[in-house]
Amino acid sequence: MAGFNFELPNPNTRDPKSDLGPGDYVRRSASSVPAPSRQLTPVAKLIDVSKCIGCKACQAACLEWNDMRDRVAINRGVYDNPQDLTPQMFTLMRFTEWVNPETQNLEWLIRKDGCMHCEDPGCLKACPAPGAIVQYSNGIVDFVHENCIGCGYCVKGCPFNIPRISKVDNKAYKCTLCSDRVAVGQGPACAKACPTHAIVFGTKEEMKKHAEGRIKDLQSRGYKNAGLYDPPGVGGTHVMYVLHHADQPQIYAGLPGNPKISPLVDLWKGATKYVGLAVIGLFAAIGVVHHIVEGPNRVSDEDEANAERLAGGRR
Amino acid sequence: MTAYDVEKGDSVHPGKPVTVDRYTGGARINHWITATSLVLLAISGLALFHPSMYFLTGLFGGGQATRAIHPWIGVILFFSFFGLFFRFWRANLWAAEDGTWMARLADVLTAREERLPEVGKYNAGQKVVFWGMSILIVVLISSGLVIWDQYFYPLTSIEQKRVAVVIHAAAAVTIICVWIVHVYAAIWVRGTIGAMTKGRVTGGWAWRHHRRWLKELVSGKKA
Repeated sequence: MAGFNFELPNPNTRDPKSDLGPGDYVRRSASSVPAPSRQLTPVAKLIDVSKCIGCKACQAACLEWNDMRDRVAINRGVYDNPQDLTPQMFTLMRFTEWVNPETQNLEWLIRKDGCMHCEDPGCLKACPAPGAIVQYSNGIVDFVHENCIGCGYCVKGCPFNIPRISKVDNKAYKCTLCSDRVAVGQGPACAKACPTHAIVFGTKEEMKKHAEGRIKDLQSRGYKNAGLYDPPGVGGTHVMYVLHHADQPQIYAGLPGNPKISPLVDLWKGATKYVGLAVIGLFAAIGVVHHIVEGPNRVSDEDEANAERLAGGRR
Repeated sequence: MTAYDVEKGDSVHPGKPVTVDRYTGGARINHWITATSLVLLAISGLALFHPSMYFLTGLFGGGQATRAIHPWIGVILFFSFFGLFFRFWRANLWAAEDGTWMARLADVLTAREERLPEVGKYNAGQKVVFWGMSILIVVLISSGLVIWDQYFYPLTSIEQKRVAVVIHAAAAVTIICVWIVHVYAAIWVRGTIGAMTKGRVTGGWAWRHHRRWLKELVSGKKA
């Protein structure tokens, strides 16, 4: 097994200093940022689906750390609780009962859903509000709520259906990868809480190496399609999965096979935006030029005389 | 001669110059509510369309307020335009001379009125603006409802919303262009704006640009 420490050290509570700030932005929605003066080591969270026991400690830890209390949900006869991600629930265990057609075994697939922290973030590209979504040089994609206008464009941009708009303050919410914990040298709360180390956190390189060991182990146990989920369509992600059936990610509660930013979003945020403004500008310019060249179209005295003749001149 | 061109309130007052009533007070109020809504929609929409115009959200009280108010102005525009549609649709039906007028667009743009057919209350260009606005407003309100997430989020899928947002943007760009044509024509053809402010135009204006309509009004009066 790769030699890295599962246990992240406890935080230094005496003088925690944030080492992650606006100077580390590599992307800022609807605006540009100066090139950061330093490049942080890319980080990643690795979720080993095969080690997950579905205890939901990660969900509880997420609520605790972010100080959120979602509404008590309704039991619909399945383990998923709540039914979907909400503005208060950034991460969610999704349970799937799957019959493996090769072995006829019932497999209980449990996937911890949440923001994947795409290298090519669709939410950020769709966002119209300057600075409402940012990406740090360590790969974390974060929502800056004071700049969020609640338009829901991020929802349309996201290939994973992650952001949720709050009905309370009309702002978008999702997993922050515990950017505030990472800023002081900690790992995400969910990773800290996971009793089986199914969730681990470190540099992206470390995580890939760790995944390799896990995949080899799974393959030796008969999961010949075990593999890493780090989808290239979005430039790779800073939340990755080890899947025992990596050839068919869809069986894990609809994890997309080849996620990428929708071509419709590219069209909307690309050609439409620039061609649209150009066409509007062209129409206005044609008007100005036409008026300069042609001059006003005035009614002549003759026109008025003709009208008077037609109308009969009665007062 | 068909009489569909003459609308309620249209009438000729002989004199020097002749004046012609073109729009009633109701029609004018209806028009200006629509116009104000359209301008506010264009400004708030452009603010969310391109980052270079995001500062325009300041006019509405910030990004959150702009996002919240834009769809409501759209609702006002829709119902207001609905009123205009019922006032004007009959006079905007395509007539035989409209094809000829369109074919001679070069003469239109060079103000050679003598080469154009006599037209009724609206010329082919105005009719294109009317029907263009009508269709685009329906497209805009329908696609707009699909992306009005605050109230209608659960009714459509994310993929449907992506289609709607592209259609909404394209239709918005188109309607802004139609609006530029509409406003420019009103400015270029002098004597036009009075029709929507004071409600009347001069006889010479009607003779020059809408002779068939003027003749209809005069013959109606004499009859």
